[in-house]
Amino acid sequence: MSELKMPIYFDYAATTPVDPRVAEKMMQYLTPMGVFGNPASKSHSFGWEAEAAVEEARGNVAALINADPKEIVWTSGATESNNLAIKGAAHFNERRGKHIITCKTEHKAVLDTCRQLEREGFEVTYLDPEPNGLIDLAKLKAAMREDTTVVSIMHVNNETGVIQDIAAIGEMCRANKTIFHVDAAQSAGKVPIDIEALKVDMMSFSAHKIYGPKGIGALYVRRKPRVRIEAQTHGGGHERGMRSGTLPTHQIVGMGEAFRIAKLEMNAENDRILMLRNRLYDGLKDIEEVYVNGDLEHRVAGILNISFNYVEGESLMMSLKGLAMSSGSACTSASLEPSYVLRALGRSDELAHSSLRLSMGRFSKVEEVDYAIERIRAAVEKLRELSPLWEMFQEGIDISKVEWVSH
Amino acid sequence: MAYGEKVIDHYENPRNVGSFSKADLNIGTGMVGAPACGDVMKLQIKVNDQGIIEDAKFKTYGCGSAIASSSLLTEWVKGKTLEEAKLIKNTDIAAELDLPPVKIHCSVLAEDAIRTAIEDYQKKQQEQAGA
Ligand SMILES: Cc1ncc(COP(=O)(O)O)c(C=O)c1O
Repeated sequence: MSELKMPIYFDYAATTPVDPRVAEKMMQYLTPMGVFGNPASKSHSFGWEAEAAVEEARGNVAALINADPKEIVWTSGATESNNLAIKGAAHFNERRGKHIITCKTEHKAVLDTCRQLEREGFEVTYLDPEPNGLIDLAKLKAAMREDTTVVSIMHVNNETGVIQDIAAIGEMCRANKTIFHVDAAQSAGKVPIDIEALKVDMMSFSAHKIYGPKGIGALYVRRKPRVRIEAQTHGGGHERGMRSGTLPTHQIVGMGEAFRIAKLEMNAENDRILMLRNRLYDGLKDIEEVYVNGDLEHRVAGILNISFNYVEGESLMMSLKGLAMSSGSACTSASLEPSYVLRALGRSDELAHSSLRLSMGRFSKVEEVDYAIERIRAAVEKLRELSPLWEMFQEGIDISKVEWVSH
Repeated sequence: MAYGEKVIDHYENPRNVGSFSKADLNIGTGMVGAPACGDVMKLQIKVNDQGIIEDAKFKTYGCGSAIASSSLLTEWVKGKTLEEAKLIKNTDIAAELDLPPVKIHCSVLAEDAIRTAIEDYQKKQQEQAGA
């Protein structure tokens, strides 16, 4: 144990470190000795070399999802990709209809974009997921209308790791002539994606969730059948007019390299990470009153979201200073509202407040998982000794029936 | 969330954790907060014939600041008369623990807890006198 470096990183869903192989490559595109040119400079070799690097990276991103490189548009990250996709498609198709469908468990980059469109006069349906986090396809079907122009559903949820059935949703959207956008920030490089086999029209990616740098992402925009969107950033007409701005060569090269490595190593890596997650879960599941948030089957390998009933998440994190992770508790924010994702799954406020998200990745180790198990078990035991709710539970009192004097 | 030293000390070595029997006449119990809000405090005081708080115990579900606020409170009330204990202000707790603005509600909850515990004790005494 002594060789473990503290704190241990269990927050790969928030961001990943850049793979040293990726950083190595990026460094060749910055300095006077490197390929620093503007990829849009057509009149000299500095520009040509940079352009070649950008196109190679575009090819690597496309290859991971079996797309045509011409279908990849560089952005600053999945937030921008989501904005461009949803606003761009909604605006372009405004005359056809002004109805959008999404889900309550989407990332804020999707939900807030939809809120903005509502302010502009669009109508948005926010689907409730089932308690396991999955969308009931019948409910989606019932929500679809003739004037529904865009459906935006994420592939893998960032808090729970639940994987949606985007193949089935794609079929339904295509049948309704509705544009289907998928936020794949958490799934690229973790779940196989064959865009040719899916009826997905647009897909958002981020480099920093798969060992690439922060501040770079991409949007896949289908060419056959062609999807048209309105640009959100105007300027020099880069990226076929869809997204202007000088391309950040080093960032793009980093994203390309990260995607290239992901394609090569994804299968073996997933097996290993799944083994770690199972080990973690097996080490915790026999604790009394433990609940996994989100479906355990339809789930990405690296994320475990788990609630320890009657223990508050933030205090749990405080006892676990050696572990860097996230909690669904929002005690730090003035709102006192726990995770909206867990609430949308129908979890009680207590269970949402009692949740931890542990996410593992490329550099996670068995010893780190074993250490986490040992520490979490001890912390839960300690905090339950301190918890009046645990005492009431032990006395057989139903907490949900108590009338609380809230303040 | 970065915590102050005193919060960490109370959190790591909470004072006076535990429970007294609620039914006992010389015990006052204050249970405040709500699980939905992320914090519940149970504070109990043991009052002697002279009206002095002889002992206090707590259990708290909540963040580190909530735990520290209630732990500190049990130390403060011991040896005080009920009247003196009523004078403890949330601002005193917040100042002693150096609570940041987002955590002030934890000290408010602690003040509620001691008041509710005193009321509970006094109500029991009155009922006893009336019976
Ligand atoms: C599902 C999902 N969508 C979008 C984003 C935002 O991505 P970015 O940080 O690249 O803007 C994230 C990450 O925070 C995410 O997990």
